[in-house]
Amino acid sequence: MEFNLKIWRQKNAKAKGHFETYHISGIEEDASFLEMLDILNEQLIREGCDPVAVERGCQSSGPVSFDHDCREGICGACSLYIDGRAHGPDDHVTTCQLFMRHFKDGATITVEPWRSAAFPVIKDLVVDRTAFDKILQAGGFISVRTGSAQDANNILIPHDKAEESMDAAACVGCGACVATCKNGSAMLFVAARVSSLALLPQGRPEAKRRAKAMVAKMDELGFGNCTNTRACELECPKGITVAHIARLNREFLKAKFSD
Amino acid sequence: MADKFTSKIPDGPLAQKWTKRKSEIHLVSPNNKRKLEIIVVGTGLGGASAAASLGELGYNVKIFCISDSPRRAHSIAAQGGINAAKNYQNDNDSIYRLFYDTIKGGDYRAREANVYRLAEVSAAIIDQCVAQGIPFAREYGGYLANRSFGGVQVSRTFYARGQTGQQLLLGAYASLNKEIAAGTVKSYPRHEMLDLVVINGEAKGIITRNLVTGQLERFGAHAVIIATGGYGNTYFLSTNAMNSNGSAALQCYKKGAYFANPCFAQIHPTCIPVHGDQQCKLTLMSESLRNDGRIWVPKKLEDVEKLRKHQIKASQIPEEDRDYYLERRYPAFGNLVPRDVASRAAKERCDAGFGVNETGKAVYLDFSEAIQRLGHQKVAERYGNLFEMYEKITASSPWEEPMMIYPAIHYTMGGIWVDYDLQTTIPGLYAIGEANFSDHGGNRLGASALMQGLADGYFIVPVTIGDYLSKKFAEPKTDVNRPEFAEAEKAVQARIDRLLSINGKETVDSIHKELGHIMWEYVGMARDKAGLEKAIGLIKDLRKRFYENVKVPGTQFEFNQELEKALRLEDFFEIGELMARDALNRNESCGGHFRVESQTEEGEAKRDDANYMYVAAWEYKGEGVEPELHKEPLVYENIKVITRNYKD
Ligand SMILES: Cc1cc2nc3c(=O)[nH]c(=O)nc-3n(C[C@H](O)[C@H](O)[C@H](O)COP(=O)(O)OP(=O)(O)OC[C@H]3O[C@@H](n4cnc5c(N)ncnc54)[C@H](O)[C@@H]3O)c2cc1C
Ligand code: SF4
Ligand code: FES
Repeated sequence: MEFNLKIWRQKNAKAKGHFETYHISGIEEDASFLEMLDILNEQLIREGCDPVAVERGCQSSGPVSFDHDCREGICGACSLYIDGRAHGPDDHVTTCQLFMRHFKDGATITVEPWRSAAFPVIKDLVVDRTAFDKILQAGGFISVRTGSAQDANNILIPHDKAEESMDAAACVGCGACVATCKNGSAMLFVAARVSSLALLPQGRPEAKRRAKAMVAKMDELGFGNCTNTRACELECPKGITVAHIARLNREFLKAKFSD
Repeated sequence: MADKFTSKIPDGPLAQKWTKRKSEIHLVSPNNKRKLEIIVVGTGLGGASAAASLGELGYNVKIFCISDSPRRAHSIAAQGGINAAKNYQNDNDSIYRLFYDTIKGGDYRAREANVYRLAEVSAAIIDQCVAQGIPFAREYGGYLANRSFGGVQVSRTFYARGQTGQQLLLGAYASLNKEIAAGTVKSYPRHEMLDLVVINGEAKGIITRNLVTGQLERFGAHAVIIATGGYGNTYFLSTNAMNSNGSAALQCYKKGAYFANPCFAQIHPTCIPVHGDQQCKLTLMSESLRNDGRIWVPKKLEDVEKLRKHQIKASQIPEEDRDYYLERRYPAFGNLVPRDVASRAAKERCDAGFGVNETGKAVYLDFSEAIQRLGHQKVAERYGNLFEMYEKITASSPWEEPMMIYPAIHYTMGGIWVDYDLQTTIPGLYAIGEANFSDHGGNRLGASALMQGLADGYFIVPVTIGDYLSKKFAEPKTDVNRPEFAEAEKAVQARIDRLLSINGKETVDSIHKELGHIMWEYVGMARDKAGLEKAIGLIKDLRKRFYENVKVPGTQFEFNQELEKALRLEDFFEIGELMARDALNRNESCGGHFRVESQTEEGEAKRDDANYMYVAAWEYKGEGVEPELHKEPLVYENIKVITRNYKD
C-alpha cells in the first residue's frame, strides 16, 4: 500500500508548527499505524533529513517524534489525531492498535498532535500530559499505608460491582477525551477514576472528598467545562461511558451539600 | 570486592529466616528518615511500590522514569495475573507449595531463602492491592476469583480481566501519587538515567538526561534503587515495551555491580507470530489462554501444505488428524507445562516442518472444545478482551478459527546480582523487580513477576534498606559538585558527542534489528558452543560497524528519540555479548537455557547439577577485557533436587 502523509511538524513548545507532506510506499496491510511511521522515519533518516539539516535549508525536518511504548493499547502513551479523529478511524482502539488495512490505498492521511490548552506540544506529535498526573495527585487514590491492609476476602464485593469498577478502571490516561472535546474538558478521565473507586467499599470513605479535589484541580489546570456533548465517549479507546460522569456529578454534589 | 559477594542468607530454619532478618535490622528514627535521600529509578511495579512505601516511611524520595508519566511503565502491559499463596480455593496450596513450585519451575537455579520469602509475603500483596481499590475478578458470592497458570497444579492466580498488570500498576501509581501529594516523593518523568555515580565505593547518585530539553542533570542521594526492568529488547523483537532497555543495569555493572545469569532469558510460547520484516514489537497472548486452549499442529504434512496455501482452514482438519503434542508428550501437565518446555516443543514441531503459516513458524491454540464445554458467555468472560485484541491485530476471529501462536522473547531472569537484602555488590545500590536476578532461577513461572516486583517494592526493600541507611543518617546530603559527579557527567557527554558525530548511513533500528537476528539465531531457543562463539564475534563486528556507520540525526539539546535509542543500543551490544558469554560458560540445559550438547535421548533438557549448580555472577573488568566469573554456589536444604518432570 502507499500513502501521502500530511504530518504536523513543530520543533519545540515555543516554535510555530507547520505541515509537511511525505510519500510512503510498500506498506503491508497488516502493518500498524505506528509501524508505518517507523518506516517513514527510517526513510527520512536514510535520506539524510534531519533537524540540523533544516537550518541549512533542507525541506524536511527529519524523523517525526511521537509518543509510544507498549504498542498493545494499554500504556496510553500513543496519542495521534488522525484525519480529524483521536486515535484514527477505527473505533475503540488506541493508535498503536490501528492497522493500515483500515485506510484506502493511495489515501492522504493527516496526522496531528492532541490539541488542547492543557496539553502543550513538546515536539511534533508529542504533547505534555503531566496535567493528568496532577489531577490524580489531587485525590485519585485510597489513603492506605503499605502493610496496614486486612485480609483481602474480609470485605466482599459483589461480582457486578467489581466488574463495573473495572470498566472504569480500564482508562489508559491517553487524553483522547480531552483532545476530542470542543471544550477541552477532562471530565471523562476524572469520572473514570472517581467512579472506579467510588463503586468499591474501600473507596467510599474518601469518595466525596476525592471528587471535589480532582474536579477543582482539573479546573485549575485549564481544562474546559463539560457540556454533555458526549464526543469523549465516542472516541475513548477503552469504551469508558458518560454514565461515569453522572456518578462523578453525584459524588460532587454530595460533597457540595455536606460543605 | 569479594566480601560484598556474599548472599547474607540469615541462618535458622527456612520459615524463620525473614522474621529473623527483620528483627536484626536497625531502625531509623522518623526525624532521621527525613534527612535521608533515596533515588528510585523506574516506576514499574517494583519502583512505584518501593517509592510509595519509602515515602510513607518518611524518607525523601526521588523517582525517575523514561515515559511522560509513571503510570506508563512496562508493567502496565502484564495481562494474566499475579500469584499468591492464599489457598482461597482450598486446593491444598500453601507458602511451601508456592515456594516449591517456584524453585522447581526455575529448574533449581534460584536461592531457597529468597524464594521462600517471596512466597511468604505473597498473600499480603493481595491484601494491599484490594485495599488500594484494585478491582480483581470476583465470584458471584463476592469472594476473590482465581485461575491457574502454567507449571503448577493449584489455582492461585488473582487477575483483573486480561489487564492485571495495568490494575496493579495503577494501584502502586495511586499510592505513589498520594506520596507525591504529601511531598515525600518527587517525580521526574522523561528523565533517563545514563550513569551511576559511585563515591568511595558507595552508590551516591545518578546522571540523567532530561528527555525534553536534552540537558544532563546530576542527582545525589544516600542510596540508589534500580527498578528499570529487564533487557529482553536486546533481541530487538520481543514482547517488551519499545522503551524497555537494559542500560541502567549495564551502567551499574560497569561501575562494579556484578551481573548474574545473563543468559537466562524466557521465551514465551504464546505470542502472535511475526508477520513480516517491518515489525518492531511482538504481541503476547496471555498464558492464561492455555488453561482452556489446546495447542496442536496437523499430523499430516499434506494438511500443512494446504493450510499454507490457504486451501483449507484449520477448523476443517478432523480431530484424528490433529497432533496435540503437549498433551501427547506431557500427559500430567498437558497444555499447562512451563513456558520453556512449551516453547521448545513448538520449535521442535515447526523445525520438523509442521508450522502452520507461510513462514512455517506458527502453531494453533484452539478454543473450540472450550467453547463447547463452557459456552460462549463463560469463554467471553474469561478471554473476551484477549480474543478481541487478537482479532484486531490479525483480522481473524478466535471464535471461528484457532489462534496462531509462536514463541518470542518475553522476560529476563538474569539481572543485577543482589544479596538477601536486595543489595548489589556496590554498597548503597539496590536492585528490585525484573532488573535483579533473584527469584526465578532458570525459568520464571507465569504470574510470578508481578508478585516479585510488588514483594520487593512494598515489603522487602523498604525494610532492608534501613539496615544500610541506619548507618548513614549523620552523613550530609550528597554534594553533586563533587569531582565524581563531574567525571560521570563528562563520560556521558563524551558518549553523546561521539554518537552525534558519526554521521554514517545506517539507522539505529536497522542495526538493532541485526543484533536481534544474531541473538535469536545463536543465543535463542537452542544454543551450542560453535554458535555462541560465532555470536560473540558477530556482535563485536556489528558494534564496530555501529560506531563507524550509524546515523543519529538531530542534536542533544532537543527531544531526540533517535539519540535515546542509540544510547540504549550501545548498551544492548554489551549485554548481548555478556549473554552469549554466560551461555557459553553454562554447558548444561537448564530452564530457558537450552544447550544442544546437553539433552536426553528424547530431546528433553539435561541439567548438570554436579558442575553448574551455581549463580554465575560476572564482574566488569574494563573495555575489551573479558569479564571475570564469580560463582555463588546454590545450596538446597529444604528441597530435594530432582529432574523436572511434567510427564507424569
Ligand atoms: C506482555 C507482557 C505480559 C506480562 N504478563 C505478566 C503476567 O501476567 N504476570 C506476571 O507476573 N508477569 C507478567 N509479565 C512480566 C512483568 O510484567 C514484568 O516482569 C514486570 O512488570 C517488570 O516490572 P519492573 O517494575 O521490574 O519493571 P518495568 O515495569 O519494566 O519498569 C521499568 C521502569 O524503569 C524505567 N526505566 C528504564 N530504564 C530507565 C533509565 N535508564 N532511566 C530512568 N528510568 C528508566 C521505565 O521508564 C519504567 O518506569 C509480562 C510481561 C510482558 C512483556
Ligand atoms: S477516559 Fe478514555 S479517552 Fe479519556 S484518558 Fe481515559 S482512556 Fe483515554
Ligand atoms: S503505545 Fe501503548 S497504548 Fe499505544
